[in-house]
Amino acid sequence: MPTMFEKIWNRHRVLEREDGQTLLYVDRHLLHDGTAPAFEMLRARGAKLRAPDRAFATPDHYMPTDTRRVAEIANPELREMVASLTRNAAQEGFTLFGLDDARQGIVHVVGPEQGISQPGMLIVCGDSHTSTHGALGALAFGIGMTEVAHVLATQCLWQRKPRAMRITLEGRLGPGVTAKDMILHIIARIGTAGATGHVIEYAGPAVRALSMEARLTLCNMSIEAGARAGMVAPDETTFAYLQGRPYAPADWDRAVEGWRALRSDDDAVFDAEVTLDAAEIAPTVTWGTSPQEAIAVDGLVPDPAAEPDAARRAELTAMLDYMALHPGQALEGLAVDRVFIGSCTNGRLEDLRAAAAIAQGRRVADGLRAWVVPGSAPVKRAAEEEGLHRIFLDAGFEWREAGCSMCLGTNGEIGAPGERIAATSNRNFRGRQGPGVRTHLMSPAMAAAAAVTGRITDIRTL
Amino acid sequence: MERFRPVRSIAVPFARDNIDTDQILPARFLHLPRDADHGACLFRDLRGAPDFPLDRPQWQGARIALGGRNFACGSSRENAVWAMHGHGFRAVIAPSFGDIFAQNGLKNGLLPVRLPEATVAAMIARAEAEPSAELTVDLQAQQVIDADGVAHPFEIDPFARRCLLEGIDELAFTLSHEEEIAAFERRIGRENS
Repeated sequence: MPTMFEKIWNRHRVLEREDGQTLLYVDRHLLHDGTAPAFEMLRARGAKLRAPDRAFATPDHYMPTDTRRVAEIANPELREMVASLTRNAAQEGFTLFGLDDARQGIVHVVGPEQGISQPGMLIVCGDSHTSTHGALGALAFGIGMTEVAHVLATQCLWQRKPRAMRITLEGRLGPGVTAKDMILHIIARIGTAGATGHVIEYAGPAVRALSMEARLTLCNMSIEAGARAGMVAPDETTFAYLQGRPYAPADWDRAVEGWRALRSDDDAVFDAEVTLDAAEIAPTVTWGTSPQEAIAVDGLVPDPAAEPDAARRAELTAMLDYMALHPGQALEGLAVDRVFIGSCTNGRLEDLRAAAAIAQGRRVADGLRAWVVPGSAPVKRAAEEEGLHRIFLDAGFEWREAGCSMCLGTNGEIGAPGERIAATSNRNFRGRQGPGVRTHLMSPAMAAAAAVTGRITDIRTL
Repeated sequence: MERFRPVRSIAVPFARDNIDTDQILPARFLHLPRDADHGACLFRDLRGAPDFPLDRPQWQGARIALGGRNFACGSSRENAVWAMHGHGFRAVIAPSFGDIFAQNGLKNGLLPVRLPEATVAAMIARAEAEPSAELTVDLQAQQVIDADGVAHPFEIDPFARRCLLEGIDELAFTLSHEEEIAAFERRIGRENS
């Protein structure tokens, strides 16, 4: 009867409160270099970290991606963010993959990569893209700073049980269409609040066919549809991905046996069901300032005049104005100033391979700056072993160190006002990549295509 | 946390849907320490725009904000709540909220109040037409009283309500259940060995 989400929820229940909230036990608490205030809250209470063996940290938000030396961070405030994580790790005794560690990277890339994130676990992190880890069949979600402090002190978190939504993708993706296009298409269909209050389970043949890394991309952007979390039932793809990872369970066969039982029962009932045809999904690009404003690359941006609702009309007009687009304009052919390939959404090895396949034998367009920022140090090393960095460098891309970088620019890496950026990250909010910057979200191959043509380009016609 | 008392104030209308936390507090202020002046950074990149209400003279001193659907969606940054609270807001009334923002608000004395879309739309229209019209947010009675004296009831988790009214934080409550947590840990320890 129960859904996968309910099974995981139930086995983490410590106690119930009179108002219907549940105290859940957290298996893995992931920390990054933006977490300093939570440690201050902990100390202000005179509390200690309850379960240091369940906390794993790595600096990602504040470290510039042109150096690995903390001393070289010019801005003292950013330097302090990175340094404080190191101090807190030493003081509280949790595991840190620091800048000098070969395992450092974006926290949502590192968790799965090291096998720290596993099926059936409850995983939290003070970052909304924690939904990424649900791709392994975990219940994983982002929390605020006070909640981070609560988990540090108690290893538990109060939650009201969300509702369950299943999004089924029938059929199969067409050539040149990826998990990024799939999730942008889903968000465009259900809206940026379409899954608010829900945990999404992604299902159906088109999801089953995705690689583990593609599933991580899919679940990563669940929050952009308002969802608490997104997840995919673990299967052979999941087990093959996890086997041999440093933190994979020692008793492997027994673990896999338990993981097989996690899938939603055949008669499980979901509070909401959405079914989409994967074959209908085109390479998808956002045109506006919310991830829901995504259209097929060969489509036209909306014309507010055709919108009956006055509030929506005003919203469309404001977005077109900010994005410097005309009503009904084609996205294809739109000139871009910069390209950013990376982030917890699309900074994994398969993403870099897809971008390199486009970059190979081509050149970055004149006057355009194109960055490739690997999601982790291991991703960077693996890419270099395959020679991907050579392809990027020969084509005129910059090949950088691992971190969040231009996804949100907290490390100072932002665009200039008015610049138009083709980005593989997850948010196109107004000013997200710097004040006045115009962001278009797309897949890694599409971003690479924009880099070499200088324009938004349909990968299928390149 | 300070005790949440009834708030009687004019209300600033932020009429748009899907206002995200990157607007409420741009990422370049995320490194500021907890005790910094986050209120000064509130909506920093929208301030000065002719149609943006925050700094308009008629809404100065407002402690209630009115928002559109899905208010404060996006990033989990609690700093967005600190910015609204730091600027003086104690309640936000909207048809719906980003989940994490609403949770963060409850833990920081910024009350997220969900009211029906038509009710919020009417309050926004009234605030725009008559900025001096006051609203009262009464958490004890779980209602918003509009300028005409009409009461609009709202829902809130009883425990979060008690925490706000008494100024207690959740952590103290959870720590009082240390024994249950320890028992849970012993049980999963046995299962995993």
